[in-house]
Formats: sequence, C-alpha cells, structure tokens
Amino acid sequence: MSTATQVAYLFTALCFILALKGLSSPKHARNGNLIGALGATVAVVVTVSQRHLGHRVPIIIAIVAGAVIAVPAARVVKMTAIPQMVAMFNGVGGGAAMLVALDEFLRLHRVDSTAAAIAVAFTAIVGSVSFTGSLITFAKLQELMTGRPILVPGARFVTPLVGIGAVGCGIAAVATASGKTGGVTFLVICTLLALGLGVLFVLPVGGADVPVVISLLNAFTGLTVAASGYVLDNTLLIVAGTLVGASGTMLTLLMARAMGRSITGVLFGAFSGGSTAGSTAEVVSSDRAVKSAGADDIAILLAYARKVAIVPGYGLAVAQAQHTIRELVDLLESRGVEVFYAIHPVAGRMPGHMNVLLAEANVPYEQLKEMDDANPEFSSTDVAVVVGANDVVNPAARDSAGSPIYGMPILNVDEATNVVFMKRSMRPGFAGIDNALLYHPKTTLFFGDAKDSLSKLVAAVKAI
Amino acid sequence: MNNVGLLTIFMLSIFVGFEVISKVSAVLHTPLMSGANAIHGIILVGAILITGTSSGGVQLTLGLVAVVLATANMVGGFVVTDRMLEMFKGRGKAAKATSKADAASKADADRRPS
Repeated sequence: MSTATQVAYLFTALCFILALKGLSSPKHARNGNLIGALGATVAVVVTVSQRHLGHRVPIIIAIVAGAVIAVPAARVVKMTAIPQMVAMFNGVGGGAAMLVALDEFLRLHRVDSTAAAIAVAFTAIVGSVSFTGSLITFAKLQELMTGRPILVPGARFVTPLVGIGAVGCGIAAVATASGKTGGVTFLVICTLLALGLGVLFVLPVGGADVPVVISLLNAFTGLTVAASGYVLDNTLLIVAGTLVGASGTMLTLLMARAMGRSITGVLFGAFSGGSTAGSTAEVVSSDRAVKSAGADDIAILLAYARKVAIVPGYGLAVAQAQHTIRELVDLLESRGVEVFYAIHPVAGRMPGHMNVLLAEANVPYEQLKEMDDANPEFSSTDVAVVVGANDVVNPAARDSAGSPIYGMPILNVDEATNVVFMKRSMRPGFAGIDNALLYHPKTTLFFGDAKDSLSKLVAAVKAI
Repeated sequence: MNNVGLLTIFMLSIFVGFEVISKVSAVLHTPLMSGANAIHGIILVGAILITGTSSGGVQLTLGLVAVVLATANMVGGFVVTDRMLEMFKGRGKAAKATSKADAASKADADRRPS
C-alpha cells in the first residue's frame, strides 16, 4: 500500500470521527454526514485507482449496481419506515463483511497467522448473524410477518446448540486452516449455522424491543468490519468499524435504558415470558366506561386553555398527520395558548424517530421537550393531547409492579388537568397491554383516524 | 503493521467512539444510528481490495457480490441520513420552509389514497 493511499485513509478516518461529532448538534449534523460521505468517497476512489488492482471494470460495474439499487430506495422511503430501512442497509453491510471473510479464507496464503484465521471466523459468524438477523427485523417492522415474539418449539435448546455448533466449526476451521483446502468445509458449515443462528436469535424478540436489536446488530456489523480490517491489515477499516461498534453499543444501552429494560431482558425475555410484547393477554376491558367527545367540545377545551401539551406517538406518523398537528399548534399559539410537544425517548419506533417525523413537518426543534424537561410541566398543564401514543403514557409502568412494562420511564400525562386521547379504537398499544388512564374521569377520548380528527379540530378551533 | 500496532489503533478507536458518541443529543439518535450504519459501509474498501486480487470464479463472484452489498450499505446509508438531517431546522428556517412543505404534503396526500 503506497504512502499516498495511507494518507488518504487517514483523511477518511478523520472525516468519520468528525461526522459522528457533527451529529451532536442539529445545526452541524447535516454537514457532519456530508463530511462522512466525502471521506468515504475519497477512500473508495483511492482504492479503485490503485495501480495493482485487478478486475477493475467488474468492480466499478458492481459499485454502480449497488448505488443504483440503494439510492432510489433511500430517496423514496417514507420517514415512518426509516427503522426497517436502516435494518436492511445494516443487513447487507453484515452480508458484505461475511462474504469478504469467506473470500479471504479461500486464499489461504493470506491467512498466514492463527490470529487472522480467528478474525476471519469471527467475521463469518457475526456477519452472518447480523445479515439474517437484520432481514428478520426488517420483515417484522415491514409487517411481512408478525411483530410479536415467535417461539420456535425447543428454541431454548436449539438456539444455544446452533450457536455452539457455529463456534465449534469456526474453531475447527481455524485449526485446519494451514492445509491446501483445509478448513474451507468447516468454515462453510460454520457460516450456514451462523445464518440460522441470526434467524433464531431475532425471532423471539418482538414489539418495542425490535429497534434495540437493530441497534445491537449495527454494532455487530461495525465489529466485523474492524475484524476484517485486522485481516486485511487496513487501519481505516479498523478505525471505522470500531467507531461504529462503540457507538452502536452505547446507543443500544441508551435505548434499553429509555425503555426501562435490560439488554438480557430484551434478547432473552421471551423465554422467561418477560418480553414487553410477550404472552401478555390482550386484556381489553370493554365493559369499563369511557368518556368520548366530538371535535367541537375538544376544540373549546383547547382554545381556552393556558397551556397545552402534545404527546405524539407512532399512530400520528402512520396517519401522516404531522403537518396537520403543526397547523393545530400554530393556530393555538396564535390564540395565545402556550404549546409544547412532549417527546418520549422511544416515541415512534426508534429512539429519536419522533423528532425526525416532526422535523419532516417543519416543527422547530425548540418546541420539542424531552421527557425529563416535559414531566415537571404536566402538573401546570391544562390539557395534554395524546395522539397515537399509548404505552409511553401508561401509568402502569410507574405504579403497578406486575405490569410487563413496569419500570419503563413514562410521560406523566395523568398529572395534567385534562387528558385527551386521540385513538382509532380501544386496541392496546405496541406492547399489547391495557391502559387504565383511558378510563380515568379526567380523560376524554376522541375516536377516529388521527389525521381526520386533527383536521376536524383545526376547523372547529378556527370556527370559535 | 504488526499486531500490537493494530491493537493500539483498535483500543484508541474504542475510546474515541465512546467519547464522540456520549455527547450526541438524544434528538438525533435515529440519524446517528443511520449515520453509523453508513460508516460501516466502508467495508466496501475491503471488498474492493479482495476482489481486485482474487483469482478464480468463486473468489471473484463472492467479492463482486460483497462490493454490491457494501455499496448499497454505504451509499444508501448516507443518502437516507442526509434526507433526515435536511429536515432538522430551527425556528427561523422552519417558518420559511413551511409553505413549501405544506404544498408538498398536500400534493402527497392527493396522490396517496388514505
């Protein structure tokens, strides 16, 4: 590798660090991402123009093909579907790392040390798990299959066995790597088992836990890239892969903490029945009385309030009602009502997802209050409007120790003087459990599609 | 580079990774995940290097498939992250962009049967 190439790689590594650093503030985030893209482009151009590179034309065609597939997909994806898009891109990245490892193993003269052989086996296993695991999370979020945990009969024994088998074959491949074709068979079996492991690993995870797994698999892919960097003696891959591994691990922990769940609970919860969306029966107490009202009543409630809190959830995004709610908020503000949005860390389907969705509707981020800033405000709030959210305002998470979501930090909407729930039906939320707040005397329900309901409210407030 | 040298880089990168990420605002967690996702698409460099030195059909095929997947990961990741971040605007800019976005969303709603 020439010095010029190495300097270019150093430049790219710096770009990646600056890209992640840029994401610490909304002002610089976009530039940060563009710096990252610039760095990546430099690295790829430099690599392709290396003098000794063979098969240059097929490689360039393959790059163009990859871009032609990915760019339209990334451009047209709806903001509500971002989590599964990230899962898909992460999966193909893991698949690429796995293939690089297999290819590396085939040319045994390159795998000249045991350490490198171990790194190859590690990449093959973890890359495979990341690949199939991500595809399953994609299928769950895209609703190609049920989002609820799937328990394969005997999974409690089969999954560890497959895992042990994969690691065992990996070790066997490393031990026999010195021969002419030795180890290849073992590594192929190891990879196949690891592909199966990815499926078995993610199937029992369901509901709100899925995004946590995407984040974890993201960190996994980062580590495989770092391991590939070790095998290829390429410092850029080591730096970039490790950065992603570290950030992904951190983010996974932050996500799990925001949900009041432990990582082991997320990954293995279904086996002990403790998953948020586990076997919990859908206890819908339809016999209990609820109070519902029409647009005019609620419009009066809102228009004459001093302070209104908006609590948006995924339902808002599904109904594509972000713009309509901004219209309502603008209208209320012009009447002198103080309005703020209270954003739960896991509102939407990923941490920060709701911020993206509201940003899409040009809601200034200064109006958004994070949970810790929002909670002290509720006791002085006249009306809290919950749009398409349920679990993140369920007092059971705070008060009833037996609830599956007990311990998850919530928005204390029940402290507001009035609560308005905009819901399509009495169906429970993502976690599949009932919400006692719906039956509270201070709660008013407003049934209907979030967008229709909000449009009616806008019209009713205008008419006052 | 020798093993200790590579290990040193690995260890330092872990600390840089934690240090840089711990300051990321919670508002930006989704773009962060997506941006980090794009960065590990740099496996493309590894895929190119290995394809460029491959001999035989199997090695070449594996390498080229890896190049396609890695490119999809990297390019798609950066594009989708940019789309998200483009939308984060402060109060001043948001007001300006509002009318345009409203028009766009109306056109959107017309096209899409609800």
